[in-house]
Amino acid sequence: MAKKKSSPDWEYASAPETTAVNIAKRYDHFINGKWITPSNKKYFATTSPSTGRKLSEVAEGSKKDVDTAVKAARAAYNGVWGKMSGRERGKYIYRIARLIQERAREFAIIETMDGGKPIRESRDIDIPLAANHFFYNAGWADKLEYAFPNMPAKSLGVAGQVIPWNFPFLMAAWKIAPALATGNTVVLKPAETTPLTALKLAEVIADAGLPDGVVNIVTGAGETGAAIVNHPDVDKVAFTGSTGVGKLIQESVAGADKKVTLELGGKAANIILEDAPIDQAVEGVVNGIYFNQGHVCCAGSRLFVQENIYDEVMWKLKQRMDTLVIGDPLDKNTDVGAINSKEQLRTIKRYIKEGVKGGADIYQPECDLPTKGNWCPPTVFTNVAQSSIIAKEEIFGPVLAVQTFRTVSEVIEKANNTPYGLSAGVWCDKGSRLFQVTGALDAGVVWGNTFNKFDPTSPFGGFKESGYGREGGLHGLGAYLDLPL
Amino acid sequence: MKRIEVLKTYKLYIGGKFPRTESGRYYTPEGRGGKVLGNICQGSRKDFRNAVVAARSVAGGWGKRDPYNRSQILYRIAEMLEGRAAQFEDELKQHGSTAAAARKELQVAVDQCIYYAGWCDKYQQTFSSVNPVASAHFNFSVYQPMGVVAVFAPEKSALAGLLGTILPIIAGGNACVVLASESKPLCAITLAEVLATSDLPGGVINILTGNRDELLDNVSTHMDVNAIVASDLTDAHKAAIKANATHNLKRVIIRKEDPAKSESPYPILATQEIKTTWHPIESSIAAGSGY
Amino acid sequence: MKTGNRACVTGDDFRNSPPVDHVGIVERAERFTTRSIKSITKRAGLNMVLNMIDLTTLEGADTPNKVRQLCYKAEHLHDSILGLPSTAAVCVFPPFVKTAREALGDNSLVKIASVATYFPSGHTTLKSKLEETRRAVSDGADEIDMVISRGRFLSGDYNYVFDEIAAVKEACGDARLKVILETGELATLDNVRRASDIAIHAGGDFIKTSTGKIASAATIPITLVMLLAIRDHYAKTGKMVGMKPAGGISKSKLALHYLVMVKETLGEQWLTNEWFRFGASSLANDVLMQVAKLESGHYQAAHYFSKD
Repeated sequence: MAKKKSSPDWEYASAPETTAVNIAKRYDHFINGKWITPSNKKYFATTSPSTGRKLSEVAEGSKKDVDTAVKAARAAYNGVWGKMSGRERGKYIYRIARLIQERAREFAIIETMDGGKPIRESRDIDIPLAANHFFYNAGWADKLEYAFPNMPAKSLGVAGQVIPWNFPFLMAAWKIAPALATGNTVVLKPAETTPLTALKLAEVIADAGLPDGVVNIVTGAGETGAAIVNHPDVDKVAFTGSTGVGKLIQESVAGADKKVTLELGGKAANIILEDAPIDQAVEGVVNGIYFNQGHVCCAGSRLFVQENIYDEVMWKLKQRMDTLVIGDPLDKNTDVGAINSKEQLRTIKRYIKEGVKGGADIYQPECDLPTKGNWCPPTVFTNVAQSSIIAKEEIFGPVLAVQTFRTVSEVIEKANNTPYGLSAGVWCDKGSRLFQVTGALDAGVVWGNTFNKFDPTSPFGGFKESGYGREGGLHGLGAYLDLPL
Repeated sequence: MKRIEVLKTYKLYIGGKFPRTESGRYYTPEGRGGKVLGNICQGSRKDFRNAVVAARSVAGGWGKRDPYNRSQILYRIAEMLEGRAAQFEDELKQHGSTAAAARKELQVAVDQCIYYAGWCDKYQQTFSSVNPVASAHFNFSVYQPMGVVAVFAPEKSALAGLLGTILPIIAGGNACVVLASESKPLCAITLAEVLATSDLPGGVINILTGNRDELLDNVSTHMDVNAIVASDLTDAHKAAIKANATHNLKRVIIRKEDPAKSESPYPILATQEIKTTWHPIESSIAAGSGY
Repeated sequence: MKTGNRACVTGDDFRNSPPVDHVGIVERAERFTTRSIKSITKRAGLNMVLNMIDLTTLEGADTPNKVRQLCYKAEHLHDSILGLPSTAAVCVFPPFVKTAREALGDNSLVKIASVATYFPSGHTTLKSKLEETRRAVSDGADEIDMVISRGRFLSGDYNYVFDEIAAVKEACGDARLKVILETGELATLDNVRRASDIAIHAGGDFIKTSTGKIASAATIPITLVMLLAIRDHYAKTGKMVGMKPAGGISKSKLALHYLVMVKETLGEQWLTNEWFRFGASSLANDVLMQVAKLESGHYQAAHYFSKD
C-alpha cells in the first residue's frame, strides 16, 4: 500500500482490518419483507473502487419493481404502520438502532469495501452515527405532538427516498429513521455504486421484525430513482444528491402534490480570520475538504485566509497534508481512501486540469498511489480567483481552492457570492466577530471554530440552490409530516 | 350646483413610491352590479423587476431590525388601518361585500396586524432550538428570513386574505413583492397608501396590480426571488410555478388554508430558513493523565 | 558538543501567545490514537520508547541503594533480550546525583537528570534554586529538570517566570535544562501554550509537562499544545527544542501514540532521545513485556521483569 514518503525511518506498517464479512454473490430487491428477483431478471455489478474487484451484483430496478415496492409500502401504511401507536413504532426503530450497533464492524467494513472511504471514518463516524439517527428518531415517535405545537402530527404516507454514494449507510439511516418515526412507510433506492450496506440494512430491518412493506429497498441507477419519485402513489420525495438532479426531480414532480425535500450540492467557504487558533483551523480545513475524499456536499472546498496570516496558514496546511496517509481504505491508518467511481475520478481530474490551466498554483503531497483502483491525492490550489471554475463549481473531490481577503465584510461578500448555501466555517477567537460572520453567512449549517460535525439532533440542510427542507433534529421531522399552512 | 367628485388614480407601490406602470396599460375590473371600479394599472414584468430590486435593497436591513422594532411597525399598521376603516369598508362593499361582511373583514384585518405584530419577537424564541449534540459543542438552530418573497395574493379575499398572507412574511423580516387580487384590487392599493404613511421602510412591501397569468412565469423564474407564497392557484398555476422555481430553487409555499381565516406562527416559519450553528465548548484541563 | 537553547530577547509579549482551541486540540489528539502500530513499526517504536525513557525515582523514601538499582536497570533493561537499548537517563533528586554518577561512571550512555529548584513546588528563593542547580551540576548531573513558579505565572507575572528560567539556565552551564510547566496547575491550554513560549524563549532545552506529583499529569492534548509551540519556534528560528511528557505514561500503546504525535507534528528528526523523552517509572517494564511478547509470541506476566 502507498505511504507518504516523508517519513522514511518510522513508517506505519500496514494495519488492515481483517474481520471477515459476509457479502452474498447476488442481492435481490427487498420488497414487502422478502427478497424479490427483479422483474427483468437483470443484475449489475458493484465493485470496490480501491481494487476494481467485483464484490457482488445487485438487482436492476424496473418501473414494475418500483411499483411493486410502492404498493407494498402503501399496503403497509394503510394496513399497519399508519395505524400503529407512536410508542410501538418507536420500539421497532430502537431495535434497528441496537441491531446496527451489534453489527457495526461488519457494516463499516462493507461500507469501506463498496465505497472506498477509510475504515477509520466508516468505523468511527458513518456507522455509529447511523445507529444514533435511528436511536434519536425512535424516541420522537410517541412525542410528535410536542414537535410542532398546535399542529396535528399527521404522517404523509409513502416516502420515496433516493440517496447518494458518499455516505451510503448514514444517508439511508438519515432518511429512513425520521420517516418511520413520523409514521410513513418507505421505498428507498441506494446509489448504484454503493448499494451493499443499504441491503445489509434490509437484513437488520427484517431481523428487527418490522411489519412487511414498511421499508422497501430497490436497487438500480437513475431510471429506478426517477420511477420512485414520479410514482403517483408516492406522497413524499426525499432526495440527496447533486443540484442538477435535484432540479430535475423538482421539475418532474411539479404537477403532482408531493412534499419534496432536497439536500443538494455545496461550495462551502471556510474562513480563517487573523486571530484564529491557526493549528486547529488548519486541522479543520483538512477535515473540511479531505474527509471522505472530499465527497461531501458540505465540504469546505473554498478556503478564505486573511492576508496577514496567509503564509503561516499555507505552511501549516501543506505540512499537515504531508502527514495524510493515502491508500488502502481498509487499512486502519488510512486518512484518504479511494475515489468512489471512475466517472467521479474523471470529473475531479478535469477540474484539476482546469485549475492548472487557469493559472492557479497546485500543491499535492508526494505519495505513491496504488496502481489499481481510483485515486486522487489531496490537492490544494492557491492563487485562485473568485471567478475561476475551481472556486465556483462543486468538484466533489479532495480539491481545495484558496483565496485571501483583507476585511471581514469582504470575506462575507465573497463567501456568499455563490448559488449554493449548504454550509460554511469560520475560525476566529473573538466571540462578537465570530457571531457577526456566522450570522451573515447564507448557509444552513455554520461551523464556528470547527468543521464537518454532524449529529442526529442537529438540523442539516441548505439555503439557495443547496436545496430545501431540513434533515435531523426536531426540525427534520417537519419534512415527513403533513403540516397544513 | 352638484359638486363633481374627484376620482382617484390608482397606481402601483414600489420602493415606497407610487409610480404608474411603466407599460402604460390599465384594466377595468368591475365591482358590485357591474360598475367599473376604475382604471387599474396592469403591472408588467418590468414593474415586477423594479419591485424586486426595491425589495432586495431593503430586505437585509429589514431582516436585521430588532424584532421589537418590527413588532411596533406592524402594530402601527394596525393603528393606521383602524383609522381608515371607513374607506376599506367602502371598498370591500364596492367589491361585493355586504356592509356587515365588510365590517367584519376589516376587523379581522386589523386584528391580524396585532396578532402578527406580537409574533415578531416571539417566533424565534418559540421555535428555535438548542440541540444536544453528543460532543463538546454548543449547537443551536435559529430562523433567518429568506430575503425577497413574491406573493400571489388571495384572489377572493381582498383585505384580510391579503394581510394574512403578507404579515407573516414581513413579521419574519422578509421583503415582498405582492401581486394583488386581480378582480378586487382596491384594498391593496389603499393598503399601499396606509403603508406609505406608516413606519414601514419603503420597499419592504411592494404592491402590484395586474394579471396573474401574464406575470406568473416572470415571477416564478426570477433568479433574485427567494420564495413564492401563493393562494387560490389553479393546478396548472401550481405546476408552472413549481417547475419554474427550479431555476434557482426558490421555495414555493402554497397556502392551503385561507389566510383570511387562519392565524398561526407557521406561515412565519414558512418563509424562514433554519440556520444551525456549531461552536466548541472548552473545558478545563482534566484531572488525570494518559490519553 | 551541546547546542543548547539560549535565552533571547524577542520583544514577544507573552500575553499574545496564539490562542488554542481546546476541543480542536482534543480532536487532533484523538486522531493520533487511532493510528494502528503493527509489526516492525511496533518493534522499532518500542525500542525507541525504551531509549527515550528518563527512568525516574522521586520519592521521599529514596536511598542510595534504590538509586544504584535504578542506574543498573537503566543500563540493563532486560538482559535476556538481546539488542535492547539503555534508557535515556535516570532522574533523581539532587542529593542522589553523586550516587548515580558513581554507579554509572563517566562514560555511560545513560544521562543523569536531576530535579533541582525545590521540586515539586518550587517555593523557595531564586538564590536557593540557583545554588541547588549549581550543586547538582557540579555533582555530575547532565540535565536539570526545573519547575516554573506557577503561582507567579497565574498572577500574570510572566517576566518573573521568564527571568527565573533564564537564571537557572545560566546556572546550568553545559547541562541541558528541562523546564517543567506543571500543566495540571495551569488550568487552560492557552496557559500551557503561553508557559511553553516563555520557557522556550527563556532558554529551556526541553519543555516538560509535569512533576508527576499531582493527579493531573501528561496527556496527549497537553503535549500536543507544547509540541506546537516547539514547532512554531523552530519555524521562526530554526532552533530545535526538546519535549518531555512526564507522569501517567505507563503503557506502551500510549507511549507509541506519543511517538505518532511527535512524528506527525514535529517530524522524524525529533524521534531521538536528544529531543524527546518520557518521564516515567513503570513504563519501561510494560514496554519490555510487549517486546518479549513480540519476540516469543507469548503474552507476558509482570513477575518476569525486574521491579525497582
